[in-house]
Amino acid sequence: MTQLQARGVVRAYGPTPALRGVTLDVAEGEIVAVTGPSGCGKSTLLHCLAGILRPDVGEVTWRGHRIDTWSEAARSRLRRTEFGVLFQFGQLVAELTAAENVSLPLLLAGTGRREARTAALTWLERFGVADLADVRPGEMSGGQQQRCATARALVTEPRVLFADEPTGALDTLTGEQVLTQLVRLAREQHTSVVLVTHEPRIAAYADREIVLRDGLVDHTGLGLDVPLAGGAR
Amino acid sequence: MGGVSTPHVLLGLLAGGSRHGYDLKRAHDERLPRARPLAFGQVYATLGRLQRDGLVTAAGQDRAAGPDRTAYALTGQGRATLDEWLSTVEPPMPYVASTLFTKVVVALLVADVDRARSYLTAQRAAHSARLRELTRVKADPAATLSDVVAADFAIAHLDADLRWLRATLDRVADWHREVHP
Repeated sequence: MTQLQARGVVRAYGPTPALRGVTLDVAEGEIVAVTGPSGCGKSTLLHCLAGILRPDVGEVTWRGHRIDTWSEAARSRLRRTEFGVLFQFGQLVAELTAAENVSLPLLLAGTGRREARTAALTWLERFGVADLADVRPGEMSGGQQQRCATARALVTEPRVLFADEPTGALDTLTGEQVLTQLVRLAREQHTSVVLVTHEPRIAAYADREIVLRDGLVDHTGLGLDVPLAGGAR
Repeated sequence: MGGVSTPHVLLGLLAGGSRHGYDLKRAHDERLPRARPLAFGQVYATLGRLQRDGLVTAAGQDRAAGPDRTAYALTGQGRATLDEWLSTVEPPMPYVASTLFTKVVVALLVADVDRARSYLTAQRAAHSARLRELTRVKADPAATLSDVVAADFAIAHLDADLRWLRATLDRVADWHREVHP
């Protein structure tokens, strides 16, 4: 079943076009990599799909509902309840401990404090950083911070996880460990993932790769809807 | 960098004690899980050459198992040859000798830019598919460290090739103009 759709999405920053008519489907539980050179519009597409940005032209639909026409409050609610977002630099709240950071999305969604902490500890455990529960981000390594940020992005068990260069700030081995765990857990809970990356070896974790070039899907390369040899998973 | 040096691998496998050809083949495939599996014929042919050169010696036969069950042992000279090979640094890519590269050059010589571009595109798709396949091998929770390390070697090289393929796709039109001024 299609979870998320972009139809002819156009988005510019002032006079500079970032997306020039992108169409894309993401199925339930599917992991889609969006790749392409710097400035090709990858992150803008992710922001449009996640309801962070509104397209100038075109539609974004989520489970059949057109979300690009929703108010900021409604899109924000959607992001809190159904979406998870993970950026290159975890963007943890510096003043909060790891457990408090991971609890945050649940607290915002109305979960009780104790229940939220229990869930946060479970997710920190899944990423192998339960011992950092009461540590603040400033005292953690980059890899530890990104593990906590990934736990935070998945704690609400979102239907879609948006990950923008999630391993970009990590060394190869650490990045792969974080990504392997992220992909494994996303598959377990049938979370779709939109994975923005410029690295072929990171895109290789996805079921499908969409190549963007100059704001358009690149049909000339392995571009559109490249199926996997031997099935998706 | 050269390909797999089967004689040295066999010498290495014999360093822990004598083995039959069959054991050597099995140990080779286990230790080098992503390498091309060694054919029995190749094992015996290589052992024959190593014996001729005095690097291994026949160390008894398991009569019950038939004439092919000769055990081989490393000689002192074999050990020295192995040590020398292990301490020799491989020349880092002395020549650009990849079929990928050569094929694009020849495509530009004999055909137009579209021919080279379509080859690059198809090769990129094949590389990406293989990269995903190996990534799945590696991400499998049941993968051993031997599997992961072997897959990583291939992944790193495919990744480098993919970067080259992508950059070359961007430059192929200019390159064609340089080849056919």
